[in-house]
This record gives sequence, C-alpha cells and structure tokens, in this order.
Amino acid sequence: MHRFANPGRFMRVADRLQPWLLWGGLALLVAGLYKALLDSPPDYQQHDTVRILYIHVPSAMLAQGAYIMMALGSASFLIWKHPLGDLLARSAAPIGAALTLVCLITGSVWGKPTWGTYWVWDARLTSMLILLFLFIGYMALANAFDDPARGDKPAAILAVVGIVNIPIIKFSVYFFNTLHQQSTLFRREGPSMPPEMLTPLLIMFGAFTCLFLWLLAVRLRGEFAKVRLRAIRAGLVRRAETAGRRRAPAGGPVEEGAG
Amino acid sequence: MIAAAFLAMLKRDVRLALRQSTDLGMILGFFVIAASLFPFGVGPNPETLARLAPGIIWVLALLAVMLSLDRLFQSDWEDGSLEQMALAPAPLSVIVLAKATAHWLTACLPLIAVAPVIAVMLNLPAEAYGVLLAGLALGTPTLSLIGAVGAALALGARKAGLLIAVLVLPLYIPVLIFGVTAVDAHLTQISVSAHFLYLGALLAAAAPLCPWAAAAAIRHSVG
Amino acid sequence: MRRMGDAPALFDAVALTCLRGRRLVFEDLAFRLDAGGALMLVGPNGAGKSSLLRVLAGLIEPLSGAIRWDGEDVTADREAHRARLAFVGHLDAVKPAFTVRETLEVWAGLFGAEAVSAETLDAAMDAWGLDALAHVRGAELSAGQKRRAALARLMLQDRPLWLLDEPTTALDAASVATLERLVAEHRGRGGLVVASTHGGFAMPGATVLDIADFQAEAA
Repeated sequence: MHRFANPGRFMRVADRLQPWLLWGGLALLVAGLYKALLDSPPDYQQHDTVRILYIHVPSAMLAQGAYIMMALGSASFLIWKHPLGDLLARSAAPIGAALTLVCLITGSVWGKPTWGTYWVWDARLTSMLILLFLFIGYMALANAFDDPARGDKPAAILAVVGIVNIPIIKFSVYFFNTLHQQSTLFRREGPSMPPEMLTPLLIMFGAFTCLFLWLLAVRLRGEFAKVRLRAIRAGLVRRAETAGRRRAPAGGPVEEGAG
Repeated sequence: MIAAAFLAMLKRDVRLALRQSTDLGMILGFFVIAASLFPFGVGPNPETLARLAPGIIWVLALLAVMLSLDRLFQSDWEDGSLEQMALAPAPLSVIVLAKATAHWLTACLPLIAVAPVIAVMLNLPAEAYGVLLAGLALGTPTLSLIGAVGAALALGARKAGLLIAVLVLPLYIPVLIFGVTAVDAHLTQISVSAHFLYLGALLAAAAPLCPWAAAAAIRHSVG
Repeated sequence: MRRMGDAPALFDAVALTCLRGRRLVFEDLAFRLDAGGALMLVGPNGAGKSSLLRVLAGLIEPLSGAIRWDGEDVTADREAHRARLAFVGHLDAVKPAFTVRETLEVWAGLFGAEAVSAETLDAAMDAWGLDALAHVRGAELSAGQKRRAALARLMLQDRPLWLLDEPTTALDAASVATLERLVAEHRGRGGLVVASTHGGFAMPGATVLDIADFQAEAA
C-alpha cells in the first residue's frame, strides 16, 4: 500500500471518536426533541408550527457548514494535494445535500400554515435551493468519470468555484426578491429569542452536529475503503500481467502491433 | 508573445466556427423555435407575453449559450489540439480567454442579433429593446466565461453535455437576475444603472477568475 | 544515475515518481541526456512510457523528483520549458475542418514568438511529402497522413527537445525512414530526442530505458 493511499492517523482518530459522536448525538437528540416538542412554549403567533424550526434551523446551518467544509477540503486538496481533502469533500457532499433537502422540506411544511403556500420564492429559500443545485452539481461531476480518480480535481475546482459564487448568488437572489416582493411575508425569529426557545434550539444544533460528524466519519471510512479496493484491484491486474509476461519469453522492446 | 497567442487562438476559433456554421444555425434555430413555443404554452394574450418576454428571452439565451458550450473544448480535447494548446509557451489562461472570446463572438453575438426578432414575436414594449440588448451585451460575456469553466470541468466525463448544464446553470442565476430585472425596472421607470453596474461587476470578476479555473481544469484533463 | 561531481547534463531527471489517479506508475526513475543525445523508451503496454513523456512535457505533475534542463529545475520556469519542447502524442491535433496548410499555420501562430515564414512552412510540408495535400481538409486525410501532418509540427519551430510518443504509429516504411533521418539531423544540430516505441524505429546510439525497471511493486 502506497503511503499516499494510507488513511493514517486521521482515520484512527475518527474511529475512536465515532461511538462518542453517535451516542452523544443520540442523547442530545432525545433531550433536544423533548425540550423542543414538549417542554417549550408555542409561539404566540405561529403556535405549534414554530417547533419545526428546531429541525429546520440546525439543518440549514449544517448544510451550509457542509458546503464550507467541502470547499475547504477541496482547496486543501488543490493546494497541498492532500488526498484526505478530496475524500472529506466527497464524504461531506451527500450529507450536505440531504440536510439541504431536509431544510427545504421542513421550510415548505412550515410555509403552508404560515404563508398559506408550500413554496415562496423567498430569498432564503431560493438560496438554499441553489445550494442544493450546487451540491448536486458537485456530486454529478465527482462521479461522472469512468476512472473515479479522474473526477477528483474537477470536483474540487467546482467546489471552490461554488464557494466563491455563493455570496454572489445570495446577493443576486436578495436583489431579485426585494424587487419582486414589496412586503416581506415574514420575519425570522429576529435578533431576540426567548431562552426557553433558544435552549432546545442549541441542544438540537449540538445533536445535529454530532450526528453530522458521525455520518461524515462513516462515509469517510467508506471512501477510504473504495480507494483501497481500487488499489488492490490495480495491484492484482499488474500482478497478473507480470506473471503472464514471465511465462512468455521477453526482453528488449516487445514486438507488438501498434498501440 | 501573449497578445500574439491570444490573437492567433481567437482567429483560429472564429474561423473554425464559421467553417462549421451549421452548428451556429442550429443554436439560433433552437433560440427562435423554443421562443415560439411559449405563446402555445401560456396563451397568445399580448399582455401576458409582453410581461414574460424579458424572462423568456433571457432564459432561452442562457440555454442556447449552454448548448453551444460543448464545442468550446470538447472536439479540441478529443483530437489532441487541447493538449498542444496546453504546451504552447503562452499561459493557458490566455488561450482560454481567447477561446471564450471567440465563443462570445460566434455564439452570443448572433443570439443578441436575433433577440429583437423574438422580442417582436413576444410583444415586448418598444422602449425596452435598448435595455434588453444592452443587458444581453453586458451579460453574455460572463456566460461564455462561466461556461468555459463548466465545459473544461466536464472534459472526459460521461454525458458531458448534460453535466455542463447541471454545473453551469446554477452559476448563471445572478446574470439572469440582473439582466431580467433591468428590463423590468426600466419598464416601471426605475433607473437601471445599478443593474448594469452589477452585470459589469460580474464580468469584471469573471474575466480574470474563470480563465484561470478553466485552465486548471484543462491541465488536469490533458494530464 | 547521476554521479556527484559531473558537469550538469543538458537534460536530466532524478528520482522521478509518477502517480496517476491513485496508481503509482513508476518510481525513482532517472536518466541523463547531453547535447545530441536520445532516449529510447521501451516497455510493455501500460508500463508508463506515455506517462513519462507527458511528465517530461509538463502535462503531468510528477509526485516527486526533478526534471532539469542545464541543471535548472524546469518547474522554475514552465513557460521557458514549454518553449523549448515539441511534443507529438497519440493524438494528431489535426482539425477536420482545416486544410493541412491551415493546421500548420495555426500551430505555428500559437507556438511561435515570431511569425513563421512561408518558407519554413513549405519546408516542413516538403520534408513530410505533404505538398500535394496542402489544400486537403483534415477530414479527408488517412491516419498516416494525419500523423505526418502532426510530425511536420516538429519542423515549424527550432525546439531543442523532441518528445515523441510512438511516433511511427500508422506511418509507412518511407515515412519511418524520413523520421529517422530528421531525428538524426536534429541530433546532429545538438537537439535531444526522447521517443517511445514498440519497435520498428531506430535511433543509433540512443540510451535505452525500460520503464518496467522502475515499476513500483504491486500493492
């Protein structure tokens, strides 16, 4: 096994953290759900619908975090040629896409009773939708090549291009929104939030973070396994070729047809 | 030397595109045919069409540009020309910039020329023509540049054409927004200078960054 | 391979290791060439001959090791390196829509610091027997004719380093002889040639390098 395909210390740390992340995350999730669903007051305007926010907000934040992580991993892969960066980005992308989807679905479920419609081209929702497109583009590109390793660098470049573009896209979407929509339909929780709502939100955020990292570690191990499998296969092919050649008399330039 | 390489590349790509002008014709055909579908889809009411016209023209221009992107690098990649370009002494990003410029001249400029025809078909108010065309002129170079990145990233992939669409369309959204809202703003007597400034800013940012990213992707694809 | 105390070779490589995708192609490869020298790359399919040529051209980044021209690492000035080499790979870079002459004009324009004179172009086409084909479009050329057009690129510029990846593919015997003659002339002027081959192409006095000797052990 070549040293550059070796998972090394990072994987050992991840392996050791994995059970802690899983059980810690589950414990926080139970506590957070109890707080959020049973032990927090309904909003005076939104009533019980507000409870969706305890899932919606953490998934939105982590989805964006996942994109940032993906871009940082990709940048480190491009700059220092560290294969771990690429594997990290590849592992983070589907989780980020799933979280974006969770955010969009919960947002739209929340929108129905609040705005009276499942979908509004609100600036925030729209930029989350575009974030989903960017995740999809990354995953499509990373897996679009017959030799999976060929997709590493293009996908990494795309992730970096994407992170440069996200602020521009967000700005343009807000610009679009202010022009098309005279009155803002809703204001988010705003700067102030009662502590009995903030506590469950923070707990849920912790739970989501732990579970995100756990899933990331699981996926990372899977990506490593894929790389190792490919290396072993390549080795087998090589060994078979060498063995075949030894049987045939060789030496000097091998006379074959062109190609 | 850099200017000479830029001009040589530009001349070559324009000449090549003119030799294969059927491709260009097909893209213009797509633009017009697709636009003529909208009256069937949303009804022939002139007011509805006029309201939708800027958006339809811009979205179709976006799609037409996107459909023309595969010829930017794909055939050069397949026949080894791109590899030789990567070995030219001039920086590859300059060559990419020349190719994107040639793409704009041979794909976007004809689209801008045909846009008024579609505007007539869709009953766009006469006073909006100037802003629409100016917006297209300022926005489409950015589309060519971003498209060059997408086309370069998709080199060697399965289903490259489809992949380019998935990669590039989300990145086209800002240009679309500023281009369309400029026309809308003009029709509601709002100043459009901000829109044009943003379109210009997008172009100013894309002109140095996109060739650089595309060149990195090309270096990988010919490696 | 390089001994201490020697004068720097004109073109040499040390401890070259190449990783493609996630596969190690060759490891710790080294060679040296002096003016007029030639390197013949041999080895079975998939051994990495093409990879080595692409590494030498700068198309692939080596994982480690150095390639030096006149003792100076080529990565220090990539543009200068690109300006001193001519590369003919598996693909001919001949456009179906351009005539042979136009194809050569395009490459001359892209590669040259100065405009290439019509005489140089004529000489290049003459050397490869392309005169009759000057106004034939790429789409109508046979594989061997395309290859000759690709090899005619070598004549357009005065590049000291020729990198040829199986240059004789699709060539007839007469064209192979032409190539051998032109390579000999190039070396006579102090030029360097690195070429891969499956046989049927001779470079007298060339150093033979078997890539299989530098293969990494299978994982």
